[in-house]
Parts: sequence; structure tokens; C-alpha cells
Amino acid sequence: MENPYMPYPVRIDDIEIATEDKSLKTFKFVFLNKEDEEKFSYHAGQFAELSIPGKGEIPIGIASSPVEKGFVKFTVFKTGVVTSYLHNMKAGDIMGIRGPLGNWYPWDKLQGKNVIIIGGGFAFTTLRSSIIYMLDPANRSKFGNIDVVYGARSPGMLLYQDELFEWEARDDINMHITVDGTDDPDWKYNVGFVPTIVEQKAPKADADTYAIVCGPPVMIKFTQPALEKLGYREDQIIMSLENRMKCGIGMCGRCNIGKELVCKDGPVFTLEQLNKTPKEY
Amino acid sequence: MNKRTEKIRELASNLLKDGKVDMVIGFNQGTTPMATNPDIARSPEQAEKFIWDNNCSINLANYLADRKEKIGIIAKGCDTRNIVNHIVENKISRDQLHIIGVPCTGMIDKVKIASEFDDEIIEYNEDTGSDSDSGNNFSVKTASETKELLKKDYLKANCSTCMHRNPVIYDELAADLVEEPVIEDQFADVRAIEEMDSKDKWNYFDDLLKDCIRCYACRNACPLCFCPTCFVDESDPQWVGKGQNDIDIRTFHFLRAYHCAGRCTDCGACVEACPMDINVRAFTRKLVKDSFEIYGWEAGLDTEKRPPLDTFNPNDPDEFIK
Amino acid sequence: MKVIKIDKKEWDKGIDKSREKYQLFGPVKSKNNHIFKKLENDQPLDMEYKDSVLSPKSVLFPQTEKILETTLDESKDDHHIMKRADTDYSPRAVIGISPCDAKAVQLVKLNFDTKDYRDPYWCDAYEATTFIGLAVNRPSIYDFSPSAGSGPFAEEGLDVLLVDCGNEYLAKVLTDKGEAFLGAAGFTRKEDAKHAETIITKMKKEAEDAIVSTISTDKLKDKEILDLHGAPFWDDLAFSCINCGTCTYVCPTCWCFDIQDETKGNMSIRIRNWDTCMSPLFTMHGSGHNPRAEKTQRVRQRFMHKLKYFVDKYDQGTMCIGCGRCVKHCPVNIDIREVCNTMNSYEPKSENEI
Repeated sequence: MENPYMPYPVRIDDIEIATEDKSLKTFKFVFLNKEDEEKFSYHAGQFAELSIPGKGEIPIGIASSPVEKGFVKFTVFKTGVVTSYLHNMKAGDIMGIRGPLGNWYPWDKLQGKNVIIIGGGFAFTTLRSSIIYMLDPANRSKFGNIDVVYGARSPGMLLYQDELFEWEARDDINMHITVDGTDDPDWKYNVGFVPTIVEQKAPKADADTYAIVCGPPVMIKFTQPALEKLGYREDQIIMSLENRMKCGIGMCGRCNIGKELVCKDGPVFTLEQLNKTPKEY
Repeated sequence: MNKRTEKIRELASNLLKDGKVDMVIGFNQGTTPMATNPDIARSPEQAEKFIWDNNCSINLANYLADRKEKIGIIAKGCDTRNIVNHIVENKISRDQLHIIGVPCTGMIDKVKIASEFDDEIIEYNEDTGSDSDSGNNFSVKTASETKELLKKDYLKANCSTCMHRNPVIYDELAADLVEEPVIEDQFADVRAIEEMDSKDKWNYFDDLLKDCIRCYACRNACPLCFCPTCFVDESDPQWVGKGQNDIDIRTFHFLRAYHCAGRCTDCGACVEACPMDINVRAFTRKLVKDSFEIYGWEAGLDTEKRPPLDTFNPNDPDEFIK
Repeated sequence: MKVIKIDKKEWDKGIDKSREKYQLFGPVKSKNNHIFKKLENDQPLDMEYKDSVLSPKSVLFPQTEKILETTLDESKDDHHIMKRADTDYSPRAVIGISPCDAKAVQLVKLNFDTKDYRDPYWCDAYEATTFIGLAVNRPSIYDFSPSAGSGPFAEEGLDVLLVDCGNEYLAKVLTDKGEAFLGAAGFTRKEDAKHAETIITKMKKEAEDAIVSTISTDKLKDKEILDLHGAPFWDDLAFSCINCGTCTYVCPTCWCFDIQDETKGNMSIRIRNWDTCMSPLFTMHGSGHNPRAEKTQRVRQRFMHKLKYFVDKYDQGTMCIGCGRCVKHCPVNIDIREVCNTMNSYEPKSENEI
């Protein structure tokens, strides 16, 4: 077996500022070795460790989708030692990526089902990966209705805006874009917190609908009751968790929630699974 | 059961019965020979488990910082000096505390005692004796022999240079005050190291630290080490590496000693806690000596005075600043 | 079954001969304690050691280990490309390891060698190592290994079990690797197997009978995780803990580690260090959120992991093998035996009782 601590060398191909306050940047990486790209084949929902020699590693959800070839994309929030250094790097710099790690959204179970995707703030990365995967012509027919509720503090803080508005115009996906508040008189979409919009716009539960939820703890805390009101059972609510990680491969022992390791048994869990674990996350 | 234990149980029970405190912190009997377990009593029944013997070396003041309750605490001489420190440094307020002071005649050195035997110690007994129950005699048993030993021969190093056996601050006493010893040269051990030439000194400290495993038991047992984030744990910027690197290990110990300068009461909890039997006091003693000889300062004696590194005075010596 | 008889007078010579083929690790006295170390060229090991403060886990899992190195010198072609650090994995032998420590290695292997990932540093070291165990004739009062899944004469995880019979060792050969080591040391004098077995069985019983300390673990598997986690006894149990890390560092089954990058000049290395769930930093998020910010939560985590999560996850008994080091070295005498018995006998109050 390969050394799971050894990152694949990558080059930064492009850096985009993702939000108006510059706290998030989207990095596009290309693998230095073509065969590494194949070894890195991933599913929507997984994450990878971005590895900078001399600085450290950070576990970040994969924002690009498996159907996008030739590169991988990550959207990173600047918050600590490694992310600050990463934000100051430039196109052409070399670093490493370890992965793909973790489990993924249960695409097998979701075949033939309706999916409602609920995201908040900058937790939308793996949800972008999921949406592009589902909308891809080869996959769209495998799924029923797709609804998306995505909100941020203000229009400038929404990630992937161009793509959001593109999807909004399509008729094979229902977008409910929202912001907490805005001064923009031309804002065409919703205003309100994500849980509120979920309650108002999300489809009611039925045996064939699943909800994928990804966001900051406070959003999840209020979205859960909204989904319950709509009748979603705990095995129909799929969540993606975060935790402090180092190895990402289930060995260093720090990301555990009860006996589940977030990096290996997760980060995707159903609410039913989470309710069986101690609330240490 | 010796008299101190009896009195401590009585005083602690009364405090809880009268509702004067929310909890009392003291020592329970440990599960292994010569071990004691710091514990809290919230009811008079629980207070009946407290004991006092020659193995109560951990500094209970360590458990006080930032607590909000009304607390009764069993404290020997050095522990009370740390309580004074805590009050001066705003980690707890005086009116939260009811201090049951224990005039102390010293604690014993487990490592030194263990070295007297070939086999491991399986039992420890203190003579109740007919004197003031200071545990001056005790017996230690292994599978092959039993020895009767005298406390004065096995005092912990810090106890043998202690000049503050009696609590410096208290609400009640668990025994009569004891005589304070007069020590000829309380810093003889530090002078011995100061007088080494550089090469010997270097080797001395190298040898001292060669087994350190960075468990931070010394830091965590120390009542003075209450920084929300210790300097070794800072990551942005990172001051000290976390690996087994000689330079990083030395940095931790030397810097920690300096952070205790003017505050250390030489309670010996650091040495007691270290699983590798490192004489951590070799670092802090130097600062205790310097505080005493340069500033005439002994930590933890007066709740109204601040340590020398905390204060400024126009008369401070300044020949070294040119 | 094969048993080799080793006259103690021949021991040192044989050990020296084995140095030609093996790097040797064994118990060495340091100050007042013994620790397991790599033996320098002629350094003898102390076979009379009673216990070691640090377990032999450091042979396979050093406290600080370099795992990757990178040059940051942009004039080099391979700048910023991370490479595996060089380590010497030539054959090694750990001599004098106690049976419960050897069982601990097998439990740690469950973590580092899984069907999804293989930790090459630990696994390569494991494969290069021959474990020459020493049965514990006179167990310490801290030893409770029989009720923790091991025992003073247990054989799991060992390649050879040495039994100290006074003037000689009887070496029970358990694997080919063990036989190879004995051959390399020139210990080849066969002993009548039946005769040896009788002696060993008698000594084993004596040693096991001498151990009176036990833990009860029979009900742990049936308890609900959330019941144990939410039990009321954690606060008081955790009170005296000073969150130092001693228990985790002396424990032979604690495997948690930290990964750090360090840079000096143009060279950067990635190292892995032992880490401890006792540290408040262990679960600290970059955002400042900490799921285990309170001391009680961390103390609870350690015991839940050792005595419940591991039990559920691997179905191989508890993660504690009863060596007693944590009991002996905890500065405030937190006793895992008491915690285990408390957990094992805990019954949550039913709705009617509240």
C-alpha cells in the first residue's frame, strides 16, 4: 500500500478571491504527475489534506466535482497558520495534497430520489461538488427533484456566485438563494436566514426525499427543527461534520466523536447515526 | 488515624454541615502504597474520607484558580503561600475561601525510600505514636523485608530547606503551630550548581533533562502555571517545537522557571508529579534564591504585597542598565 | 513445541553475537527507573528490571519521528516535493519485553495496519522486529494483566517467551522469527519440551496466583455509549486530574499522535510526536471552538476510549492490558481499575426512579 502520509505534489494553477471580504479564496490545483490525478479519483463529499511543507496541513472539503477533469479545486477560509500562508501563495507554487479522504454523500442511496441541499456560509464547497455531479448530463436522470437552499451573510459573501446564478436559470434544479440581509435594491432572490427559507421553500418530506445539510453549527442547530417540521426523519437527513484533524486516515485518534472517527467513518453521517454519538463536536 | 486526620475531618464536616462552603478540597487515601488522591467533599459524609499523612505532597492550591464557589481547603505551609499568590494574582478572592491550615513537619521522599529496598514497596504505615502525631516514624514493607524509618532521614528536598512550615494565612488550624526551623544556608544546593564550571554545569543540566518526556506534569501540578495558553502551546507564532529536541526541552524548562520567578514557593509539587524523577526544582530554586538575595523577596507571604517583577519603585537597583 | 535452554553464563556472549544481525532494544536503567532503549554498541540490557516507566511502544513508535522531509531550496529540481524520511528498518530485536506489553503491540497494530490504510513507519518497524519476551515471575502489585486480557506468562504477540529459572532461561520458541533470533545468538541447546512445559506451567500458575488486583469488564460491551458518557460520576472522578499526559505517555496502548512541521534554513521536516487527549489543544479547532474544552470531558474521553469505544469498535476486549503504569505514575492517584469497575457496574437510573 502507498504511504498515506505522502502528499501528491501539485502546482497552484489559479487563485480566485471567493468573497468580497477576501477571507476566502478558491485554489485550483493541477497534479505534477498525471497518474496522481487518477489515483486521486474522488466522490462528492470527500475532503483532502492540503499540505504545505514547513507549515502543516489542513483538511478541506473538495469543491471541484468528480466530473470536472484535469484539476481539483478547494475554497479555503483564512483562519490560522497554514491557511494564512496558503492565502499568500501564488500561482505556480508547489505544495501537496493528500487524499481523497473520508466517506462521501451516499450517492447509491440517493439514486432515484429527490434531494434537497442546504448549505450556509463557506460550508458550501462539497455541496458545489455534489450539485455539479448531479447536474452533469450523465447523471441528471439518476435523480429526482433537486432543491438547493444556500445562504450567506450578504450577496458578496456567497461562494461561486456565477455558477449559482447559472443554476438559478436552469429548469432542472430549484435554487433558493438567500442572504441574511442586503442593501442592494437589485437583489432578486430571498432575504432571510437559511432555516427560515428551508421552512418556507423546501419540499415536504416523503419516502423519496433526502436532505443534505452542511454549514456552521448555528445554522445546523436551527435547520434541524425546520426539517423536522417538514417531516424529515433522522435517517433522511445527511450531514457533513468538521473536527480537528491531523492524519486524516483514522490513526492519530483526535477527531473521534464517540467511537466514530470524523476523518474515516465520516465526515458524512446521517442524523440517525449522530444521535447515537456523544455530542462532542 | 492520627490527630491531624481526625481534626481535618471534624473541621471539614462542620464547614459542610453549617453550609459555610460549597465544597472542601483535601486528600483521600490512595489506592496504592504511599499515594494520596486530592478529592472534594460536598457533604459531611464525604469529608470523613479525608486523611493527612506524610504523603500529602501535591499542592492543593492548584485546584483553586478561577473557581467560583465558596471553597474550604486543607493547606499546609507552602500551599497557603500559593493561596496568597493566587489572591495577589486575582485567581481567587479571599472571601471565597475558608482555609484549614495544617502546620506541617514535612513530607517524605518516595524515591529515596524506594531506593532503600530491592523489591517494590507493598505497604506503608505511619505510627500513630504518643507524640503530636507528626508521622515521625513510619514503616515500609516489601515482599522480603519491613523497615522502620524516621521521617527526618527521608524528608523531601524542599521540606528539608523549608522555613515556612506553619500556614501563613488560615481561618482555622488542624493542629498546633510548629516550630519554624532555622536553616543555615537554605540555598546550598543552588550554590553547588553555581560554582560548577561551564562544562560541568552544561553536563549537569543535560543529564538532568535527558529523560524528559514533555508530559507537562510539572507545569500542570504547579499552582503558578495557570496561563490560558502556555507558551509551549502557542501556534501562531510558535515559540517552541513540540518534539523531543534537546533545545526545545531545555527552552521549556528554563523559560518555565523564569515565569515562576518571584512566585515560586518551592512546594515541590513539580518534582512530586514528574514520572521520570527529574529534579525540576533545580531550575526554579535558582530563581527563588535570586529573588531572595537580590530583592529580599519570598513569595506568598503577604496578600498586600506584589512580587518584585510585578512592581516598580524608584529605588530599584539599576547599575546593570547602562 | 520447542524450548531452548540458555545458561545465564552464556547470555551476554549470545546477546553480543546477535548484535551482528540485529539492532537490539532492551531495558536500561536511567536514574531510578528503567526505560526501553536502543542499546549502544556494547551496552548490556538489564534483565533484572522489575518494570519500566515507559513502555516498549517507543521501539515501534518513537516519541518523535521524522516522517517526511522537503527541501525548500528553489534552486533544486525537487524543491517543495515531499519525500519519505530515511529510517533504518534493518532487523531489530526487543529483548525483555513483558507479555502484557507485547499484547499491547498487537492492539496498537489494529490502529496502524487497517484494510484501508497502512502506516508504513509503524508497520515497517513492526515487521523488522522480533519480540523476545520475558515472563514476569514476580508480578508487581500494580499488575492486573490477567483480568485485562493478558497475563504474566501470556504469549500473544511474542516470538520467544523467556522464563527466568534462576541459573538459566528456558526459551519457548513461538515463531520462526523467534527461532531465527535464537539461532543468531547461538542459543541452540534444546531442552526436553515436556519437561520444560511442566516447569513453565508451574511458574505460570504461581505468578498468576500472586496477582490479586483485578478489573471487571464483562458488562462493558452491553452498556450504551450515551449512558456511560452521560453518567454522573465523571465530574468527581475527574476532579483531581491535572491533565498532564503522564498516563498517556507511559501507557503501552495509547497511540495518539500529533503531526508538526519544522523548518531550519532551507530544510523542512514533518515529524510525528506522541500527543495526549489530556491536552486542551488536542481537539481545538482553528476557529477557536473546542468540543472538549473542559477537563472532565477530556478525562472522560480517555476512559471511554480505553474501556468502551475500543471495546465496541474492535471486539477484542478492552484497550487496557493491565500493566499498571498509569496507576503507579499518576501524580494524583487516578486509578483506572476503579474507573473500570465504576463503568462496568454503572446502571443508569430508569425513568421511574428519577
